[in-house]
Amino acid sequence: MIRLGIPSKGRLMGQTFDWFSERGINLVRSESDREYAGHIEGIKNVQLIFLSATEIPRELSAGRLHFGVTGNDVIQEKLVRSNQQVELISELGFGFADLIIAVPYFWVDVETLDDLDAVSAQFREKHGYRLRIATKYHRLLREFLMKAGVADYQIVDSQGATEGAVNNGLAESIADITSTGNTLKANHLKILSDGLILKSQATLFKSLMAEFSQEENQVANLLVKKLSTRD
Amino acid sequence: MTDLKDLSREAKRLAVVFEATGADIVELDFLQISNVLLDLYGEDIRGRAFTTNDPVYGEMMLRPDFTIPIVEQHMANSVSSARYTYCGKVFRRQEEFPDRPREFLQVGYEIFDGTNPEKADAEVFLLVNEALKGIPVRIATGDIGILMAAVRSLSTTETRKKALLRHIWRPHRFRKLLNQFSGLSSKPQPNQDFEDYNKLINKFQAIGSRNVQEIKERLEQIKLETETDPIDPEEVKILDELISLRDRCTVVLSHLEKLSKKMPGIELTVDNFSKRLTSLEKNGTNVDLLNFEGSYGRTSMEYYDGFVFGFYSETRTDLAPVATGGRYDALTERMGHGKRIPAVGAVLRPDLSLLLRENYHD
Repeated sequence: MIRLGIPSKGRLMGQTFDWFSERGINLVRSESDREYAGHIEGIKNVQLIFLSATEIPRELSAGRLHFGVTGNDVIQEKLVRSNQQVELISELGFGFADLIIAVPYFWVDVETLDDLDAVSAQFREKHGYRLRIATKYHRLLREFLMKAGVADYQIVDSQGATEGAVNNGLAESIADITSTGNTLKANHLKILSDGLILKSQATLFKSLMAEFSQEENQVANLLVKKLSTRD
Repeated sequence: MTDLKDLSREAKRLAVVFEATGADIVELDFLQISNVLLDLYGEDIRGRAFTTNDPVYGEMMLRPDFTIPIVEQHMANSVSSARYTYCGKVFRRQEEFPDRPREFLQVGYEIFDGTNPEKADAEVFLLVNEALKGIPVRIATGDIGILMAAVRSLSTTETRKKALLRHIWRPHRFRKLLNQFSGLSSKPQPNQDFEDYNKLINKFQAIGSRNVQEIKERLEQIKLETETDPIDPEEVKILDELISLRDRCTVVLSHLEKLSKKMPGIELTVDNFSKRLTSLEKNGTNVDLLNFEGSYGRTSMEYYDGFVFGFYSETRTDLAPVATGGRYDALTERMGHGKRIPAVGAVLRPDLSLLLRENYHD
């Protein structure tokens, strides 16, 4: 039985259904919406598993899912050397989001990472602690700033409403996903000109950690072949 | 698969070399409060250390090394001279090199003593050399103190020197700053008048802990920077020469002596380098064969600020160094809240020395 992970909520789920059906594959959710399970019309031996997009990387990595749809951002954040654990099958063309670093608009002296680094030094000297950046993308932010040579900052964990963290006094800066930038603007934040950490979109991944029996392999190949042709 | 009995025998073999000096044997808690390590290394340490949470103490780390807690303890208790040695496991996350072990033994030695720093440098180096006797190694040495002295003696603003010193262990950003300060690459130019900037601040809502005053101060700094002359190209040339030095220690010494004529600010550190060589030579090291690299220790050893060294396998270049060490005077000051004492130390990896011993005898 092939296990395919689908984001369980909101627009991402709806668009995933549409994307599959445009390729002749109709995903069917079990009659009770609460069951978080489903199947594919006309193809036996595929089981749909509905779960949070942020948990799909872990399940792919553990081999409990054969396939999964989730954002490239969470794959990169959660899986070390992700290309050894999952294979990119297709980018789905929705759920576009950029992981960026943003600072208050009124920091008129700050445009770039160079400025952020200089301000971090200044901030630490003035305040006695390191400039706080709120994010849930700890690993991606840390690696990005290490490569850029930015020092004297600290990461503050923020699992939601991150754009409000500065306004609420929890941080001086944030690193988060944005698509239109409107929420950033509403929270008086601007993006650093070289502060793009990652471009992300909804993506179908195949697990390189899952076992495929001969039969599962056939179904998997059929599925991938169908998905590569649009109706 | 390494035999654990062999490993503990190897650790013991290394440890006795240091214990024979009469050094205090140190034991440490596995769990260390994160703050001290975070303050020193910044966020990067979270990529290298395992963290966990205590309901009372907050974030804690499985000790990623012994040196920092030893310095902390020593500086809290006294500033007198001391010698410490330890043998125990440390824990490291391995994101970049998944094949490297997450826990391994370290044997180490630390000297807190200001009476004769160069002699202490030589003492640590020679003990490591003795402990690793019989293993074919390549030895690298360097001296961050010379480079730091050169930066301090540049004829330019204190702000620039401070910025360069802050990034001495991040060669990429160091170079970027140096290029900007010396006019080799264009400075980030403000895209409007400074008066306009000051007006602009008030257009937006002030949020977060960084206040308007701090922004104005930094604008003032940027303005000053744009008005400051580039660093003298002759001085930049000397810096470049120091960074790219790569030769036998004795050859390097004569280079350094010539350079210190042009840049008197490094004279003292060059003298120290010379004294260290004499000390090493007196104790039987052939310094004609010892290699020196001007930028050695700048990428992975962020608290060393003087003599630095590393022992590497000649054949297994994929392995981490078998031993590393160096001087960390500034660290004791930073952790001593005003108090300071010159200090130097080294750390060895029994798992690697055992592996190399076995390979060698096979």
